[in-house]
Amino acid sequence: MWKYIVRRSLLAVPVLFAVSIISFSIMQLAPGDPAAILMGGEYIAIASQEEIDEIRSALGVDVPPHIQYLNWISGFFVGEIGTSIFTGISVSTMVSERIEATVTIVFYGIFVSIFLGLPMGILAGWKMNTWIDRSVMIFAVLGFAIPGFWLALNLIYVMCVKLGWFPVFGFRSMFTDGPIQFLKYSTLPAMTLAVAFMALIARMTRSSLVEVLGEDYIRTARAKGLKETLMLRRHALKPAFMPVITVIGLIFAAAVTGTVVTESVFAIPGMGRLFVKAVGDRDYPVIQGLMMIFATAYVFLNLIIDILYAYLDPRIRYS
Amino acid sequence: MTTRGYNIDEEAVRQAKGSWFRIREQFIRVLRKNPNLLIGLIVLIFFSILCGAAQFWERIDPLMLDPDDRIQGPSWKHWFGTDNAGRDIYSRTLHGGRVSLMVGFFVAIFTTAVGMVIGLISGYTPKLDMIIQRVMDAIMSFPTLLLALALVAMLGSSLWNVIGVITFVDTPRMVRIVRATVLSLREQMYIDAARAIGAPTWRILFVHLAPNTMAPVLVQATYIFALAILTEASLSFLGLGIPPENPSWGNILALGRTFLQQAFWISFFPGLLLTINVLAMNLVGDGLRDAFDPKLSRST
Repeated sequence: MWKYIVRRSLLAVPVLFAVSIISFSIMQLAPGDPAAILMGGEYIAIASQEEIDEIRSALGVDVPPHIQYLNWISGFFVGEIGTSIFTGISVSTMVSERIEATVTIVFYGIFVSIFLGLPMGILAGWKMNTWIDRSVMIFAVLGFAIPGFWLALNLIYVMCVKLGWFPVFGFRSMFTDGPIQFLKYSTLPAMTLAVAFMALIARMTRSSLVEVLGEDYIRTARAKGLKETLMLRRHALKPAFMPVITVIGLIFAAAVTGTVVTESVFAIPGMGRLFVKAVGDRDYPVIQGLMMIFATAYVFLNLIIDILYAYLDPRIRYS
Repeated sequence: MTTRGYNIDEEAVRQAKGSWFRIREQFIRVLRKNPNLLIGLIVLIFFSILCGAAQFWERIDPLMLDPDDRIQGPSWKHWFGTDNAGRDIYSRTLHGGRVSLMVGFFVAIFTTAVGMVIGLISGYTPKLDMIIQRVMDAIMSFPTLLLALALVAMLGSSLWNVIGVITFVDTPRMVRIVRATVLSLREQMYIDAARAIGAPTWRILFVHLAPNTMAPVLVQATYIFALAILTEASLSFLGLGIPPENPSWGNILALGRTFLQQAFWISFFPGLLLTINVLAMNLVGDGLRDAFDPKLSRST
């Protein structure tokens, strides 16, 4: 097991290196001088060379790209990810202020999708080719196709504008404002995230359970007169959940993309909205820092899932 | 089958009628077995014609401003209502569909072309495979939309930049599929045979291996088509995709969000068409996958 963990972790190192190169190069792709963006296009024409040089050295762009890269990447190891060109606030501070909203809503959404998606998938797989199965599959196909932002707009229109059940936008912290306020503000965003994932989990659970139920040992269990529920619980569900674990891992990654859109629609002060704003402002250090954080989180999450998978299914360790 | 004393070999007849006949026959059999695929195809063809030739059935110029008809609900004159400048949402949705479907189409074509080349090379040459796969892993480590947003912001938003950027972020998906298929084909006897008679590598890759990856590639291209349309819509929705003077489903939706409380129809109709098309593409993708690999169709 340890051998596998070490081997799998070493594989993540070159990926992280490539990730950092991509995050860094995006800034180099941009036309024009970062100093010009900070000063505004018109001002740069009348600014003296000394003034421009001063700003360039303050931004750290007065050295060759490979030195810039080394300065930037070494900052990550001491927790200094760079500072915003415009506000001068460090990226780590900006992230720490906004991470709570993103993480709580993502977890809320994923919790809902697992909590509803799993039973749906189990029911559909168990009662294959019945009306239950058909309706779950129709929901799954539909839920997967509906774009999150359109669903969000429809939910807002019906639930907030017409029925007035939820506030239209904003965010309340679970810890400082209490769980009831949190639920009131975060339920719709979490639902928006959850629908597609619920569909995916239901579908994956169903197909994997159907496959397991076709195995010989299930027939044996049924033949010896085991009750259906007991058969499911003791023999069928555990192997059926194996592929679902991978899907749940993928979902965490997809949730980040989901939050970018969801946070923008519901005006939630989270990391996704921070990213969209930074992109709009062309605030390079913030864009680079956030991309690096999101991608690193994804790489580590995948690592954990692979290890978990190997732990649950010993066959993988030795391949 | 015996007619007037002659023995007619049905297989020989089919052979004589040519390969096109056989393909058509097989195609009809697949469609009959898989109604979802048929429905998906019909819907896609319908919307491709509807949006592709939008100028023939638009009722009002999509760019025409009509201050007297601002924020009007659906009516006989404006089927899908009007926006805050009095522009007709029905015409804009059709024209927007043309842009959105075009983005999806070109992204599917480009990712297929680029992904095939990289995937074939990666799967066939183990030395390059290690490097190529780490780079692909790195690209896939970024959430698709985030990477696309950053790239579009840097390169500037225009139709072709959006297509290029989405191609870039989706190519690893195609590479992964092609590579996996090549890995399973590499040890086949006919590849050994080709190598033994001295066929050059490019010939083995593009003449012997490439045609055999077509089935999974076609399925993946369909999914990428759907994904690209969603990504374009998300980019435009966030204000960084197709420039607003050119209607696309995403930027009509973005406008609709601003006027949601007064005029739900601005965002409702383009979103509905977007959902229907993505749904149809997923149905086609699932149907093709089942048709190519009947073993899978039992379970999923």
